[in-house]
Amino acid sequence: MQDTKRLKVLIAKPGLDGHDRGAKVVAQALKEAGMEVVYSGLHRTIDQIVNIAVQEDVDVIGLSIMTGAHIPITQKLFQKIREKGIDDKMVFVGGVIPSRDIPKLKELGVTGIFPGGTPLTETIHFLQSTVKKG
Amino acid sequence: MAVARYIKDEKDQILDVILESGIHVKPSYSPKDLDAIGFSYDKDVADPGEYPYTRGIHALGYRSRAWTTRQYTGFGTPQETNERFKLMIAHGQTGLNVAFDLPTQMGYDSDDPMSEGEVGRVGMAIDTLRDFEIAFKDIRLDKIGSGLTINAVASIMLAMYQAVAEKYGYDPKVISATPQNDILKEMIGRGAWIFPVEPAVKLIGDTIEYSMTVLPRTNPVSVCGYHIRESGATPAQEIACAILIANAYIDNVLARGYDVDEFVGRFSFNLNVFGNMWEQVAKFRAARKLWARNLKEKYNVKKAQNLFLRGLFGGGGYGLTKEQPENNIMRGAYYALVAALSGAQTTALCSYDEAYTIPTPHSALLSLRTLQLLMDEMGLRDTVDPLAGSYFIETITKEMEQKIEEEMGKIEKFGGIVKAVSEGFIQRLVARQAYEVEKGLEAGELLKVGVNIYKEGESMDVELHEYNWDSAAGQIESLRAVRRERSEKDVARTLKELESATRDGKNVMPYLVSCCKAYASVGEMAGIFRQIFGEFNEPSLF
Repeated sequence: MQDTKRLKVLIAKPGLDGHDRGAKVVAQALKEAGMEVVYSGLHRTIDQIVNIAVQEDVDVIGLSIMTGAHIPITQKLFQKIREKGIDDKMVFVGGVIPSRDIPKLKELGVTGIFPGGTPLTETIHFLQSTVKKG
Repeated sequence: MAVARYIKDEKDQILDVILESGIHVKPSYSPKDLDAIGFSYDKDVADPGEYPYTRGIHALGYRSRAWTTRQYTGFGTPQETNERFKLMIAHGQTGLNVAFDLPTQMGYDSDDPMSEGEVGRVGMAIDTLRDFEIAFKDIRLDKIGSGLTINAVASIMLAMYQAVAEKYGYDPKVISATPQNDILKEMIGRGAWIFPVEPAVKLIGDTIEYSMTVLPRTNPVSVCGYHIRESGATPAQEIACAILIANAYIDNVLARGYDVDEFVGRFSFNLNVFGNMWEQVAKFRAARKLWARNLKEKYNVKKAQNLFLRGLFGGGGYGLTKEQPENNIMRGAYYALVAALSGAQTTALCSYDEAYTIPTPHSALLSLRTLQLLMDEMGLRDTVDPLAGSYFIETITKEMEQKIEEEMGKIEKFGGIVKAVSEGFIQRLVARQAYEVEKGLEAGELLKVGVNIYKEGESMDVELHEYNWDSAAGQIESLRAVRRERSEKDVARTLKELESATRDGKNVMPYLVSCCKAYASVGEMAGIFRQIFGEFNEPSLF
């Protein structure tokens, strides 16, 4: 069965921000929900994140952004994954995301947006039900 | 796992209360509880101003001096930040707490490709001394102290602060800076580290050594349990880490041949307030006692005033919620109350909109007024340590002391704080704890208004600070102007001297001051450190 393959998720911290509590909590939760999790570590450039996504052949890329720079960072990510031809990967974003920015992020191509305070079960359920496993 | 929990029966009656640090709270306390823990007034608490300072470091507490109010402030360009500083001071704020943007904190210039999108976003952008000249214009640096919230490149920012003070005609001996300058905590939480542990700690040692003679009113290091707690640590772990981290910095300076009494009195602390209020009060009281005892017994500190835990106890951001954001105003007021009941020297609150972004002037002033009305209207200045003598508070203060010692023991057993941070031992502990807290919230064992109880009502929109892309462009333009105007010869010479001094293991502070005065940029100075020291290799947790 196709579903027996574990979902592989990259949790990435782009840019200079070092607030990683949320990213680590989500990584832990996805792992305990049975997914395979790759955590990028801090201060990654978009190029580095896309390279990890290619090398690790993940199904999903999750960005954790707390500084307010989520729109330019996400724009850059989509530009890069298109260049690399991996725009079939699903992208989700978490962090400090004001509700007014959600339509813009969706327009850029983000599938799931999980602002701080989103229950972990919601994120897990979303990934399990939305992502087509490779 | 130590997650705070309420055990209740089906009628909502509380059967047991377990605090985050693992202490069980009883329905009531009496003198018998004090007897059971062997409580001694003289040994365990003593009068305010008397060793072990559980009740406070000054006999007269807030009667002799109210706390310093120091809201975290800074955004956009130095000009915008200078205006905000003046606004806060005009409204009665008594200290500054400077917020730097991430490129500055990470040692990049505003025009570095790494800085794109972040210039002036979460704090003000600082590239050269010219920026400090604008930021601190018309601020009385002899009267008002400045917290500089920066760590990896705190040495550079402290040098720049001295340079700006001298430029404006102040004797460095009269200025009072408090650079945060605690890199080990950045490696546990907050993440604004650059260099590996050893050179990073050496830079902190340099600032402490230098301040002894050149900047005697400066507090060269502010040890931050605060961010470790924000990252998920329990209150007991927060204090355990803070004390051990402070010891690591002491050890660095002792190894240079100084006597501990020459410098340790200038150490300060930045600790967190959110959570169960009794547990926090007990934590601060126990922390004062343990710090004093640690210095006296482990380091043989002689002078009484060098045993003081002087601290900023600040209302923690983790306690605030995105849901029903105006509730954060009330939360802030209670956090401030806890800080005052705990004898904070300095305080600050995260403002109600900070679950979204950096504060508007309106929300920052509301926080300041919260602090002011507590001191001036509510009677918090009347008497020192008003909760002392409560059977409950004295019992859990002593229990908290034991919990903190247990946590210190775990870290020591692993091989000490430096090893524990380098190898990710504490990071794993704290991340696990954060995860357990999240699960506790989802299971409803931990209650949070607007999050898992009383969720009714539309979530409201609040007015938010807007990021200004034009000010980023303006900052880059002014950096380029400085580069055109400065003497390249002086810049090259001072940077070369900094490089040699760094390679030779000398104290870098005087060289940094010369670089700053020549208008070398933060990126140029940090670039030398990057090249010589390399970067911290973050331990992998997953």
